[in-house]
Amino acid sequence: MIILLMLVPLLAGLSAFLISDDGRRRGLLVSASALHLALTILVFVARPEIIPGDWFGLDALGLLFLGITSVLFFGASVYAVKYLSFEKYDPGEDSDEGFIFNNQPEAVFIGCLLLFLSAMTAVTVSRHLGMLWAAVEATTLLSAPLIYFHRHKRSLEATWKYLLICSVGIALALMGNLFLGAAGIKAGAGLDLESLLSKAAALDPAWVKAAFLFLFVGYGTKMGLAPFHTWLPDAHSESPALVSALLSGALLNCAFLGILRAAQVCAGAGLAGFTGDIFILFGLLSLMTAALFILGQRDYKRMLAYSSIEHMGILSLGVGLGGGAVYGALLNSVAHSLTKAGLFFVSGVILAAYKTKHISEVKGLFRRLPKTGVLWLAGFFLITGTPPSGIFLGKLMILKATLAGGHYVAAAAYLFFLAVVFAGLGRIFLEMTFGEAPQAGTSGKLPGESRQMLIPAACFFVCVIILGLYMPGWLSDTIAGAQRLIGGAV
Amino acid sequence: MKVVAQYLMVLTLSPLLLGVINRVKAFFGGRKGIPLFQLYRDLFKLLHKTPVYSRSTTWLFRAGPIVGLGAVLCALAIVPFSGRHSFLAFDGDLILMVYLLGLARFATVLAALDTGSSFEDMGASREVQFAVFAEPAFFLALAALARGTGQLSLSAMFAGLTPAVWQSAASVLALVTAALFIVFLAENSRVPVDDPNTHLELTMIHEVMALDHSGPDLAFILYGAALKLWALGALISCAVLPRHSASWFVDSGRFILMMFVLAAAVGVLESIIARLRFLKVPYLLFTAFSFSVLALMFQAAR
Amino acid sequence: MHTTTAELIIVAIILLDLSLAVSGSLAACIRLAAAQGVIAAILPLLAGSGAPESRAIIFSSTVILLKGVIFPWLLTRARVKANARKDVEPFIGYPASIILCLGAFAAASWLGTRLPLPETTRVAWIVPASLATIFTGFLLITTRAKAITQVLGYLVIENGIYVFGLALFVEQPLMVELAILLDIFVAVFVMGITIFHISREFDHIDTDELSQLSDWHPQRDGEAE
Repeated sequence: MIILLMLVPLLAGLSAFLISDDGRRRGLLVSASALHLALTILVFVARPEIIPGDWFGLDALGLLFLGITSVLFFGASVYAVKYLSFEKYDPGEDSDEGFIFNNQPEAVFIGCLLLFLSAMTAVTVSRHLGMLWAAVEATTLLSAPLIYFHRHKRSLEATWKYLLICSVGIALALMGNLFLGAAGIKAGAGLDLESLLSKAAALDPAWVKAAFLFLFVGYGTKMGLAPFHTWLPDAHSESPALVSALLSGALLNCAFLGILRAAQVCAGAGLAGFTGDIFILFGLLSLMTAALFILGQRDYKRMLAYSSIEHMGILSLGVGLGGGAVYGALLNSVAHSLTKAGLFFVSGVILAAYKTKHISEVKGLFRRLPKTGVLWLAGFFLITGTPPSGIFLGKLMILKATLAGGHYVAAAAYLFFLAVVFAGLGRIFLEMTFGEAPQAGTSGKLPGESRQMLIPAACFFVCVIILGLYMPGWLSDTIAGAQRLIGGAV
Repeated sequence: MKVVAQYLMVLTLSPLLLGVINRVKAFFGGRKGIPLFQLYRDLFKLLHKTPVYSRSTTWLFRAGPIVGLGAVLCALAIVPFSGRHSFLAFDGDLILMVYLLGLARFATVLAALDTGSSFEDMGASREVQFAVFAEPAFFLALAALARGTGQLSLSAMFAGLTPAVWQSAASVLALVTAALFIVFLAENSRVPVDDPNTHLELTMIHEVMALDHSGPDLAFILYGAALKLWALGALISCAVLPRHSASWFVDSGRFILMMFVLAAAVGVLESIIARLRFLKVPYLLFTAFSFSVLALMFQAAR
Repeated sequence: MHTTTAELIIVAIILLDLSLAVSGSLAACIRLAAAQGVIAAILPLLAGSGAPESRAIIFSSTVILLKGVIFPWLLTRARVKANARKDVEPFIGYPASIILCLGAFAAASWLGTRLPLPETTRVAWIVPASLATIFTGFLLITTRAKAITQVLGYLVIENGIYVFGLALFVEQPLMVELAILLDIFVAVFVMGITIFHISREFDHIDTDELSQLSDWHPQRDGEAE
């Protein structure tokens, strides 16, 4: 079953390179992702047992992230069909500097997209840390061509930074894996998660600490924690909307999973206090960075990227606090993925209509693109955690745990940065949705609002609202199970 | 007795090293070259001449060659011969040796500055600049050796350097030897650093400082240079010849042979590589320095 | 005997670090990084007392093939295709590079004393050498102007990681190790392609020109308005 989960997108991705017909290729994308989603649901219903010593298996944590990835990818594939046909008609013209560029061949794009899904699935189901590493590195390599879909200088720059910074970061994570292996040499633990966890108490603590630091920095780079986040705004702003959505909603979580696995081992070795402090420190640092850069932001896609950094900070903070905050953090990660993906989808529609990423040139969304405007504003309220939103619940739980744990300074900083982010985002979103629509500029042939491109976003937003009002039992069980794995008491 | 014999042997054989270097270079250049014993003849000739002193010089100028030669002679009394004890060996003598060589340099530089000639000033400045880089490398290399063998006197250090030590700490010793070799080339003004055959004052380093000396003073300087070549070369030879036999004659013979092999190696090196640009010389010495630092760190981490 | 050989290899790797840090020629840098990878790949053959296992031989020869032949070839091709100038254009000079490397090595030695190796290995300095090599890789990435040297830096970081992994020979299934190698191979391959694209778009591969995307340039907005 688990192998099938990886195999379906893998085979579909490989065959996408061979199919020459556009329509059939897009059909393949949607059907493969639908099949993947169906398999994921099946796995949710009847979770296969973990066989010790096996490289692949699903625990609650992996299942949670697999679910997010699969749902997001399905939404993205529906969005992609319309998006790609727009891109076909619309010759690439740079939004800001006006030069003409080509797009990547669609076969490569769809192929890489599906292979990317396969790699992300592998990340979520890996039970061997070496395999996990290989899968995370594979996601980097497979998503690099996706960022370079629009072939021009700026996307190339973003691709290069992404490729290099993430590869180097992940190389450090490999070092961390080896350190973990060294920690377990005496105990004979290897790198298999099962045996590492069962022999965690016998690991050499000095090596485990060093290993955690390397893994944290390594996967943290990929996850976009400040100060290793520098690739993230560039990559998110230059890639096509659906790729940004996948990067932000699915990929960052996958990288986070790598850190969580390391934290799992550390908690087993009795180093939860050590890892907790690091999580809190870098969580707050990311929040601060995001808040600072959102305030003066001029580019709405970069703004969304910084908002992702903010949420990664929140996740890190929540996991660091432990206890109930872990639940909050995981809930937040589900809600954030859905919301952010939706927002990126909407931003793609805005970009197609206005042909600019500058906030100052996008005015009057309500008048010009009413449905898009509504969704954009709704996304703002959801992402900033206005009730009823799943994000609100998550943030509240983390705040509660902060206060309960006596981290008053952290709580104050957390609230302050959230307020700053709210203010910064609020100014930008309101500026964009209200006001007069500009008359000049684009020609009469407007792409308009494609229903197919908006529906995935709308569905995601509805899900997030539902999460804020009612928590389905199966989801709650999964999150609670994941929380137990990381070491927070329920 | 043997100790004195060793010392006398050093005093007589040192000028021969330069002869060997010159003959090897001549061979590579396809020339016949100057006779092996030319330096002896030069020294003999110079000693019989009356020195000429410029009116602008003071006693510093006259003291330079004498102090320089005296310091090197003292240093040679510390340097071990074939891994055997020299007659002035004591704990910490390596520091004295480095400083005696420094004193010799200081005297030469003062004498050069005393002439007031701009060329000699330039040479003095270069000499001191390179020494700044060479001395730490030299010191740290010796420190690594001291740490490796657990001894503080040069003689004991090299006496304790047995094949077993080489086997267990080959990397450290190789680094030390490499650093010492670079320092050896630099301190003796050999090719990648300085060209002893140059005829242009602008490009000289060591030679230019001796331009105004004549007669016995010049002989002292030339002889001092030959002795210094031996002093530093002896350290390298001792390092690469760890095996000691019971017989003094075998050991000494092997050691002297090694010295001439070293001289020949210098000759080969000078024939196949070009001199470095002035700007690059500190880089070379810096490399020696980093070798020494690495050796010391390795030794410390063992 | 094996221990001494392994130590010599470690020293050679550190000396290669230093020469990478100071080498001015791009082609020489490519060769040095390749040499380092190959030398490091000998380490697993020395592990254990008897003859090396077949697993170690397969792995070592794969690494040697990859790092000694394929990577240099790919990088040299990228260099030629991109018409890169021959020197590496460092931002800092020779003494600064060496001092940084030596300092890194000193710091790494200190860290090495904090992380005692398990008794299974008697080779000293594995941890310092590995960390120092990683640092050298970072130095290459941050202080050199060209995209190729950044890839080289990545490779040197990989070498540093392998020094540790191979010398210690952390038990991993061969499949996992091969998957890791495959990833690295594809990484270098993709980076090579990207360098080619960069050279076509920008007419050179100097990464300091890759600075359009930033939040620190207020004039970007000014241009647009």
